[in-house]
Amino acid sequence: MNMHTQPQRTPAETALIDAFGDRLSLLPGDGAVMLKRDDAIEAIKHGLPTRRIESWHYTDLRRLLNVVPAFDPAALAKAVAPIVEGSAVLPVLNGTSDAKAPAIEGVAVQRLSEKLIDGSIVLGLDPYGSDDAIGALNTAFVADGYFVDIADGVELEKPIELQNLQAGGQTHVRLPVRVGAGAKAVIVERQAGEGAALVSSVSQLVLGEGAEVTWLIVQEQPDTATHLAQFKAHIGKNAKLTLFVMNAGGKLVRQEIMVKTTGEGADFKLRGINLLAGDAHTDVTMVLDHAVPHTTSTEIIRNVVTGKARGVFQGRINVHQYAQKTNAKMACNTLLLSDDGEFSTKPELEIFADDVVCGHGATVTEIDHDHLFYLMARGVDEKSARGLLVKAFVAEVIEELDDVTIVEALEARLDDWFLTHG
Amino acid sequence: MLEIKNLHARIVDDGTEIIRGLNLTVKAGEVAAIMGPNGSGKSTLSYILAGREDYEVTEGDILYNGQSILEMDPAERATSGIFLAFQYPMEIPGVATMEFLKVAMNEQRKARGEEPLKIPEFLKRVKEAAASLSMDMAMLKRPLNVGFSGGEKKRAEILQMKLLEPKLCVLDETDSGLDIDALKIVSDGVNALRAPDRAFLVITHYQRLLEHIVPDSVHVLYKGQVIKSGDKSLALDLEANGYAGVIGEAA
Repeated sequence: MNMHTQPQRTPAETALIDAFGDRLSLLPGDGAVMLKRDDAIEAIKHGLPTRRIESWHYTDLRRLLNVVPAFDPAALAKAVAPIVEGSAVLPVLNGTSDAKAPAIEGVAVQRLSEKLIDGSIVLGLDPYGSDDAIGALNTAFVADGYFVDIADGVELEKPIELQNLQAGGQTHVRLPVRVGAGAKAVIVERQAGEGAALVSSVSQLVLGEGAEVTWLIVQEQPDTATHLAQFKAHIGKNAKLTLFVMNAGGKLVRQEIMVKTTGEGADFKLRGINLLAGDAHTDVTMVLDHAVPHTTSTEIIRNVVTGKARGVFQGRINVHQYAQKTNAKMACNTLLLSDDGEFSTKPELEIFADDVVCGHGATVTEIDHDHLFYLMARGVDEKSARGLLVKAFVAEVIEELDDVTIVEALEARLDDWFLTHG
Repeated sequence: MLEIKNLHARIVDDGTEIIRGLNLTVKAGEVAAIMGPNGSGKSTLSYILAGREDYEVTEGDILYNGQSILEMDPAERATSGIFLAFQYPMEIPGVATMEFLKVAMNEQRKARGEEPLKIPEFLKRVKEAAASLSMDMAMLKRPLNVGFSGGEKKRAEILQMKLLEPKLCVLDETDSGLDIDALKIVSDGVNALRAPDRAFLVITHYQRLLEHIVPDSVHVLYKGQVIKSGDKSLALDLEANGYAGVIGEAA
């Protein structure tokens, strides 16, 4: 007789474990990498996280992930035009990087499959704590991606656009980027595709001293896809990171953000837009560690919820004991446009230092009727007027980016969403 | 052009009746001034004309060019040529003023079956209208009315009126919050729009505005009714003697 019964595996868990057995011989990696994969699949064998795991409380992955598609080697994903014209595009099509990716001056680009084979990124494969289902899933299956190394002092004039495009099946991609001291770059992480895929994608960014990076995640998966993503960053001394996340698609989406300030004077800005329609479930979960003194951060998330969509923002800020003079502010504002939609916000501040300024706020509103009347009184019909006001609510966050080309590129993505969901 | 017949209207939320049997006729080309003490229903009348949902018409009718507008929503009224210059224009963060002007102008053109304006033509019109109102184009790069002073907001209202070329212009206390120079600029803007096929309903507290925008008729509103009508001399009389006399006569 069993002392404790293991809960029965869900079809999704079974499919993942079976797929691992089938894929093993095809997965790149030296001995150390393969050991990490084994550890990772063991974690999955213990079961996907449920609402009883605190960090997954609002996104019960075990219940929500009910279909895991088979790998589809025949799937053909097509590269798309970058959101900013003239960007250097590094495409990952259906989980595979391009052997002939363009050369970028001052930047070393390597296919991730090579780094897995030679084992040089093995350390980055460790999951983030024991509840890291996305990290484990990715470590188990990751086959490719790019390793991008921007040399010290290089200031890129044009963005680098990392495209992760799927056409169904499963894709597991990793995108580690190192930005050298004093370097400046805009990096676009484009997540899209056409199939009912299961995508896991892990981006890892390390910013050297005084580096400045704007990283834009533009997620536009179809409403059939499951998108499980992580963005991890270490921000060095006097370095600045602006992370912009736009979720405008997907059926089940979880975007995790783990950021740590590792040098004094580090600054982090998170700006996020979640555009939720249909019966999408979208979760943005951030854990920010202010680990050293004199670092700053602001986080602003704006959500638009229509249909039966559900959204989640969990924002956790840890201020470590020695991280005096930390200044952190977080806000999450939601425009709820339907009675059936919902949005859950969970801000958490854990502060062990005594000389800090930290705050958070959350609001949920509807469209302002006075504003609507004003626009209509000028002849704008109700639908367009509502569209203008909803767009205005999120565009405020985009306009803060104050680089005209980027603002225009993102507003074009926004218009695209309103065209299909407005 | 405008015929208001025995209009009764109340606030939807609490049922308070504000307009109680109001009759008013304004002909094409006419500038009609509506005066009256606080709480007489002046602003309510302007909102009802524009179609604000907070008010409900319980009796009577509003005919515009012979057609009832009661079933029309605010956008339909606007595209048919009715314009309300707000007493307190709303600040709308995130909506760029220029973008808004372009959308509004083109929506109205679309409703009239005209092609949308090409960008250079649009910019030309906005620049000309802004210059005539001594408005800085930099202001129009800001979100709609956000951070505008009271006077700037009023100018922006008149700018919109110029660009949208309405047929029935309702000006709700356009003079409030204006200094004397701004009052002159705004009044000149309104006067420039006077035309045989355009009517104005100028709602004001004070005679001051009517020195600049000379009305053809003056109507005194009290407790939701027009209690006296006359020509511009009525406004002067009110300025000199206050509303008490007129109210006494009516009572």
